Amino acid sequence: MSIHSELRSLSRRRGASDRRADRRDNRVAYLFLAPWLLGLLAITIGPMIASLYLSFTDYNLLTSPNWIGLDNYREMLEDARLWRSFRVTVRYVVFSVPPLLIFALLIALLLNRGMRGLAFYRSVLYLPSMLGGSVAVAILWRQVFGTDGIVNQLLAVFGIQGQGWISNPQYALWTIIILHIWTFGSPMIIFLAGLRQIPEQYYDAAKVDGASPLRQFFWITLPLLTPIIFFNLVLQVIFAFQSFTQAYIVSGGTGGPADSTLFFTLYLYREGFAFLHMGYASAMAWFLLLVIAAFTAFNFWFSRFWVFYDD
Amino acid sequence: MTTEAARLGRRTYRNRGRETRRTIGGLLKHVGVLALAFTMLYPLIWLVVASLRPESLIFREPGLVLEQLSLDNYQFGWTALSHPFSRYLLNTLVLVGGAILGNLVSCSLAAYAFARLRFTGRAVLFAIMLMTIMLPFHVVVVPQYILFAKLGWVNSFLPLIVPKFLAVDAFFVFLMVQFIRSIPRELDEAARIDGATHFRIYRSVILPLMVPALATTAIFTFIWTWNDFFSQLIYLTSTRNFTVSLALRNFLDASSTSSWGGMFAMSVVSLIPLFVIFLLGQRYLLQGIATTGIK
Repeated sequence: MSIHSELRSLSRRRGASDRRADRRDNRVAYLFLAPWLLGLLAITIGPMIASLYLSFTDYNLLTSPNWIGLDNYREMLEDARLWRSFRVTVRYVVFSVPPLLIFALLIALLLNRGMRGLAFYRSVLYLPSMLGGSVAVAILWRQVFGTDGIVNQLLAVFGIQGQGWISNPQYALWTIIILHIWTFGSPMIIFLAGLRQIPEQYYDAAKVDGASPLRQFFWITLPLLTPIIFFNLVLQVIFAFQSFTQAYIVSGGTGGPADSTLFFTLYLYREGFAFLHMGYASAMAWFLLLVIAAFTAFNFWFSRFWVFYDD
Repeated sequence: MTTEAARLGRRTYRNRGRETRRTIGGLLKHVGVLALAFTMLYPLIWLVVASLRPESLIFREPGLVLEQLSLDNYQFGWTALSHPFSRYLLNTLVLVGGAILGNLVSCSLAAYAFARLRFTGRAVLFAIMLMTIMLPFHVVVVPQYILFAKLGWVNSFLPLIVPKFLAVDAFFVFLMVQFIRSIPRELDEAARIDGATHFRIYRSVILPLMVPALATTAIFTFIWTWNDFFSQLIYLTSTRNFTVSLALRNFLDASSTSSWGGMFAMSVVSLIPLFVIFLLGQRYLLQGIATTGIK
């Protein structure tokens, strides 16, 4: 039972079992839930509503919010820098998430077949996912792709003249995309777990029918894995839209060169916390939420064409 | 007879051929995976080696051979910023400790209710809880900041720790719900017949049995808090409160001067706790990822 089966079963049973409950534990249950509920109201839902309100105001934290209607949103439409940062982010998501997942799936398939030393390889390949979010690794990345970084030094061995990948607007974003793909370890673990749940009998039956390994993959493994691929896709897209640390560190906090790594979140941070344009930042945050929701909705809609449910 | 024997012989011969092919295939696979793993870890290994080189050699050596061992970078990096690096390590540890404690207590309480109790609005609240896992942090960060600024909490650890005591990391609630569901209900029912209250069942039956889920939570909280940058960046403003992430960022600002060596050395220092956690807790880590299907 992982989050995807959970969401699916939720959408099906719609609380039928709750209505059946004759002896309820309301009082004690809400006591147990109190911290979480308080957090939900005070730290999640309250601020969400507040940020919606603030998005219609001009607010700099020092004077009280000033209602300006849709001005922030109008300003966003004309803010060339915002659209640039939006394109950077979408490009980052589109070019990092699919390769990340494909890589994770391929390696998981490679490791799955009862490989000796599986536990060792799994751990080693997972390690970058764990460290990849840190400031230290982002700093390392600046060096790896820097003018006299490892990449260029290795290229020099082959007689290729490298360049400052980080300082070139054409390539800077790609170094961050590579950093993200480098952390394919955690979806790989999820795929490995999913692969282990496919009943062995399916393969036995296929073998009796003389199906080749390739056929087995396309007719058994892949279809049964599609729900897991799907939810990995949904979550990875949501998380990738929120990436911040790597772009901040690699670009030294500027989103440069020439805004080529100015992630939406980085622009939001600069507007909200460097210039204290809290109203504008709130409008940006809501825009980001809507974009993520739209991508997620599209993923769900599109899933009916390729996701296969066994039940 | 002879044809029979010949056929048998041929078959075993053919089988042996298939077997060698399989071992060769397996060997190739091992070589391939090892090469991949090595390529992936190369930058990390290089970082460690580079941090042990004299500063002047760092950018001239793409290799991993260390001819000249020097701890100068560590000595320099440790004291290069306004406070010794131990200060930042300690700050981060305090933060991590608070976050872990908060998550363990608040998430397990909520998880017990979701997994074991029947109450009005359970399905709706559970769905909301699942959705908050996916809610982008940035949508709430501005008003949260305003709230904590009004409370006078900016430039303290409170905005980073208090939310953990309110189970804001719903991911862990979900992880624990999954785990509690796998604990046989008969155990609580037995305790219930003996007259135990829900709180007692939670404390004496469920909590001891869910240690693996608690360990997973503690480990993930450690990693996420240790790696966190965004919220530390906005809430911690004075250098005495700086965490490891913020201290490293400061190196970057100052790196126009030649502090690459010190920065690399402190980067290594900042990764060591993560690596230790990884070595000690990888079983729980991998289990947590596999059972929830997240991160």
